[in-house]
Amino acid sequence: MIRLFFAGLAVLLSCLTASAEERDIQPILQEHQAAIAKSSRKTIGPAIDAIATSGSPKAQTVLETWAAKAMWMRKSDGAFLVGKKTENKTYQLTDFDSGEVVGTYPSKELKHLKPNSGVRAMIATALVMFQLSDPDKAKRQSALTSIQRDPSAVQLAPLRASIENEADAMLKARKQRLERLLTIGYDVDIKARVEAIEEMSTDLSVDVRATLNPLVATTRSVAPGNVPEGLNIARVLVPGAEGFSKDEAYDLLVDKGLARAQVSSDGMRNALVANIDGGRVGGVPVAQLDKDDARSRAYAALAETGRVPSLVTQTDIDATLAKHVFFESYAEPSVEVTTAANHALDSIGLKVGFNQTLDLTLDALSLASIYFLAAIGLAITFGVMGVINMAHGEFIMMGAYTGYVVQQIIPDHTVSIIVAIPLAFAVTFAAGVAMERLVIRWLYARPLETLLATFGISIALQQLAKNIFGTQARPLTAPGWLDGALVMNDVVSISYIRIAIFILALTFLGIFLFIMKRTRLGLETRAVTQNPSMAASMGINPGKVNMLTFGLGSGIAGIAGVAIGLFAKVTSELGSDYIVQSFMTVVVGGVGNIWGTLAGAVMIGFFQKGIEWLNPSNTLAAQTYMIVFIIIFIQFRPRGIIALKGRAAGD
Amino acid sequence: MQRSFIAKNPSVLIFLTCLALFTLLVTVLSEGFGIGTISTSFIKTLGKTLCLCLIAVAMDLIWGFAGILSLGHFAFFGLGGYMIGMWLMYERTRLIVVESLSQADIPPTSSEVVDAIGNQIFGVVGSNEFPLIWAFSDSLFLQLVLVVLVPGLLALVFGWLAFRSRVTGVYLSILTQAMTLALALYLFQNDSGLRGNNGLSGLQNLPAVTASQDAVSLWFFWASALALGLGYLLAAWIVSGKFGSVIRGVRDNEARVRFLGYSVETYKLVIFTLTACIAAIAGALYYPQAGIINPAEVAPIASIYLAVWVAIGGRGRLYGAVIGAAFVSLLSTWFTGGQAPDISLGFYTVKWVDWWLVLLGLSFVAVTLFAPKGMGGLVDLWSQHKNPNRHGADLGPDDGALREQEASQ
Amino acid sequence: MSTLLEVSGVSVTFDGFRAINNLSFRIGEAELRAVIGPNGAGKTTFMDIVTGKTKPDEGRVIWGEKSISLLKMNEAKIAQAGIGRKFQKPTVFEDQTVQENLLMALKKPRGWFAVLAYKPSAADLEKVGELAQEIGLLNELKRKSGELSHGQKQWLEIGMLLAQEPRLLLVDEPAAGMTPQEREHTTDLLLEAAKTRAVVVVEHDMEFVRRLNCKVTVLHEGAVLAEGSLDHVTSNQEVIDVYLGR
Repeated sequence: MIRLFFAGLAVLLSCLTASAEERDIQPILQEHQAAIAKSSRKTIGPAIDAIATSGSPKAQTVLETWAAKAMWMRKSDGAFLVGKKTENKTYQLTDFDSGEVVGTYPSKELKHLKPNSGVRAMIATALVMFQLSDPDKAKRQSALTSIQRDPSAVQLAPLRASIENEADAMLKARKQRLERLLTIGYDVDIKARVEAIEEMSTDLSVDVRATLNPLVATTRSVAPGNVPEGLNIARVLVPGAEGFSKDEAYDLLVDKGLARAQVSSDGMRNALVANIDGGRVGGVPVAQLDKDDARSRAYAALAETGRVPSLVTQTDIDATLAKHVFFESYAEPSVEVTTAANHALDSIGLKVGFNQTLDLTLDALSLASIYFLAAIGLAITFGVMGVINMAHGEFIMMGAYTGYVVQQIIPDHTVSIIVAIPLAFAVTFAAGVAMERLVIRWLYARPLETLLATFGISIALQQLAKNIFGTQARPLTAPGWLDGALVMNDVVSISYIRIAIFILALTFLGIFLFIMKRTRLGLETRAVTQNPSMAASMGINPGKVNMLTFGLGSGIAGIAGVAIGLFAKVTSELGSDYIVQSFMTVVVGGVGNIWGTLAGAVMIGFFQKGIEWLNPSNTLAAQTYMIVFIIIFIQFRPRGIIALKGRAAGD
Repeated sequence: MQRSFIAKNPSVLIFLTCLALFTLLVTVLSEGFGIGTISTSFIKTLGKTLCLCLIAVAMDLIWGFAGILSLGHFAFFGLGGYMIGMWLMYERTRLIVVESLSQADIPPTSSEVVDAIGNQIFGVVGSNEFPLIWAFSDSLFLQLVLVVLVPGLLALVFGWLAFRSRVTGVYLSILTQAMTLALALYLFQNDSGLRGNNGLSGLQNLPAVTASQDAVSLWFFWASALALGLGYLLAAWIVSGKFGSVIRGVRDNEARVRFLGYSVETYKLVIFTLTACIAAIAGALYYPQAGIINPAEVAPIASIYLAVWVAIGGRGRLYGAVIGAAFVSLLSTWFTGGQAPDISLGFYTVKWVDWWLVLLGLSFVAVTLFAPKGMGGLVDLWSQHKNPNRHGADLGPDDGALREQEASQ
Repeated sequence: MSTLLEVSGVSVTFDGFRAINNLSFRIGEAELRAVIGPNGAGKTTFMDIVTGKTKPDEGRVIWGEKSISLLKMNEAKIAQAGIGRKFQKPTVFEDQTVQENLLMALKKPRGWFAVLAYKPSAADLEKVGELAQEIGLLNELKRKSGELSHGQKQWLEIGMLLAQEPRLLLVDEPAAGMTPQEREHTTDLLLEAAKTRAVVVVEHDMEFVRRLNCKVTVLHEGAVLAEGSLDHVTSNQEVIDVYLGR
């Protein structure tokens, strides 16, 4: 069959290059009349091949017409024609070769050819060869995509032939690349394949690996005596050695029909049940059969009488195993190809590993900036003022909902985000100031009571949000220009939203540093933090400073809420998802220091991504281990990464 | 000694008498043994409430007396429930499996029985093998030991790590919260060996007990009342002696206790572990009445509610914790159960199911701000206690120290 | 006179600030010593180091006949070894009665189990009574110590220290905020205590120090500036320059 393909391809090739020889298509169709009329997937192959390789200029039209279910057979002579519905169930028929209308016929004199989807797929594959050189660029493109999706040996020759005359540079490159991949998989010349493999061994793309992997796929097999000749053996296996237990080996023998199956406990049970005889099985009373050794005895007794096959003992197994040799072999017969493919995969694997590390680093950075965003407001209220704000998470949630509400009013996503950010700041700033005035002010020396009171506010706010917005997640849609991702190669990519959040986090760091180091508020805040009574005697109003600082921290939480809402679902629980992590970030980093918060966020981000990488299926486990790690970390640095020392630490 | 202890602490006697009378009253009014005024489901609610009161006593010991605001005690409560739940579920499934296998032609072997139980229990998480942690689940005695041992060990290890590095105040609170979060997240996994978020269910059915739920719920009610009584007595005895002096000292001024030569870390560890064990016992009694336990029960929020109960009841006095837990949890059941009448404001109808948490949160803020003594303060009004005027000074420099308004004569 | 406590070559730095700079100090059994010095001279830090609250960067702190290093012990162990400390601010357990405060301080096993099982014996109560008598609080035994006056709290704290039966007493500004009569009483208590044990008193009030009538150590910038009788150090020109003169 394959040989036939290649023969046909050679013909096709010659006609594409010579492109002169004219041949009618109808005789070929008639040759395969029965198969075409039946249009069954099992038998249609030769017919499609014959049409495709006919060299007729009409071959493509025939195939397209056929696939489009517009081909009819005239029952009188069996000719295949293009049908076009006219009226009163009559059809106007056109000849393929001449392109002339041959007449109008009622439907009962015709047979409509309706190829099923399997056949249509085969036709489509055959059509690809024509489409590769189609003057329409879009068709060529789709042909390439179709080859990529489902590569096969037949496509290699037409693909190669189509490269030279390809006018479009992009498509040409794509074709060349595809040609290399097909060469690796299907070329008859081993040298060419090895060359192609070596050429592609620096390519990181998924399709290269998808091409190489089947080449090095192995199957386990077994043979009596020695390793059989003529097979491309990957390795010889020793039963009982690492990764290949004796049971596995014996099961393989059973699978291949080279040994008798072991009697499973279920099998034994069924055999015993089948042989109950007057309340006894093999002389053992049924009531006693609730022990494994009693069952074995009964079974052995049955086996002696020949009513059941005897048990396979360990000795039998060992003896059988010794008589056979186990090995893994490649499906690919050529040793050169498999060796080259293994080498190529190794070198690609190394590069992929390196790039994955890079990708993981980017992921971790992006996670770190999210944690930093969520924690920076807390770092202000907790770190600078020593106030525990359990409602911080709810401020994040308020920011996110503000963004959602703004989007309901302003449909343009870009404008709405630009409006939402300052508005979220204003809303949460106001909420923060109100909370400071009404509650926190009265509890300054009592951090534990502050914690509990703000927690009360937290549950009230959360429930309030639930009452207003419902329990369903609300969308906060990012503007279109933030969709998509920055793709560096098949391994490394990062979405634009994450880049935006990273930039936002850096901006916040800058703003915070500017406020603290360069503005009057920052100066006064630091003064009040270090010595409130002294600051008060210098004419600073500590109450006002605390209020503004708290408002600032809350406002930043609001903006963080808008940012987080862009990629997470906006629900009333949004805040509580981040609150513990935020506290951890501040505590791990070291209280009272923005660089500490940054360090904490980076550490937690990297650590969490690291664990996720080790155990990718389980993000819950990653979070568990991260918290355990933090608890242990606190052992060694109770005051965080960047700790204040001495009197300033306030111990 | 006991006499003088009771004589010194009349509130203990009053409390125990009230508890006994309450138990008797409920029994008389119950469906199982009495005239049937109180439904079985409400008996269960009351029994569960008593368990919550017991863990509130533990919380009061650790927070009200030792000054450690633990936001993780529900982790121990839940673990206790899981431990007893493992036996209940195993044993009940075993009975069902044995029953169904006995219909077979030949009797099952023990490994067949275990396999079938494993299939029944772990089918929901796509497994059929018993994880290692179920090794003792066939023995009631061992699982009862584990009820105390597992949470106790967790508390011991966690406490040792935390106290050793002198983590105090809010840091410790957050760390305990992280601990319970870690445990909850771990239990949520399907391969945690405890059926992931399905949890353990069917715990209300006692294996091999044919009595009706009416009777069983009363048994648990009595057991809960007994546990609460004993726990209260133990806690009262601990805090009334020198040990109580030391832990109260730790609450108000840790450094001073240290300079008196007491190893503060050891004392904290002891009280932390002890309260964890009490919490675990409360949990082991609670979940058979609730019928189901799942990881959500261990979520950090539960432990914070515990602090809310104790704060509303009034910390630093054991009866305050009991009153707070009973009052808030029963009120919460009433409001969220839809029994509270809606209030129509004309333009909006206040549905308590939706608004109860808002009310609770705000009233909690109010209690913290205006009535730090909580409901226990009402007792002071009645007994005409007066607060000394301390000119705005708290009772010690530490975060957990009693506030001026909490001090009594 | 044998040495009870020897501090030698101790230095400690907070964020670059040298609070204690190569300090050496020794005190024998049954000795009363006053430590004076300007603010920031390192008096409190010195006490912190001896009691284990602060770990020095370098130097040695040797205790007792067996010459044990205190640097490896925690606060509780050091207190159990026999060093008692009174803070600047009166720190008694205000939520507890005078009796409970004294019972807690009484020299008894400090392990948690012993404490849990502890029941005050008649002898213990008698001892507490005696101490209360000594500090003048016999009638206040059942009162919560938070209600005591400032001076009474100071005495209670001294009483607690005595109950600990320490071999070395570190007393930080015992006379601060006391009336003249109360000061007198305090002086008596300290002098009485110093008969059987070592007492180190940190004090600003020269009049009070004079009344103690003992050897004086002057600290300045974390190191010993002068040592000797009060008259000796007050006539030292350096001491006058850095401390008295201002």
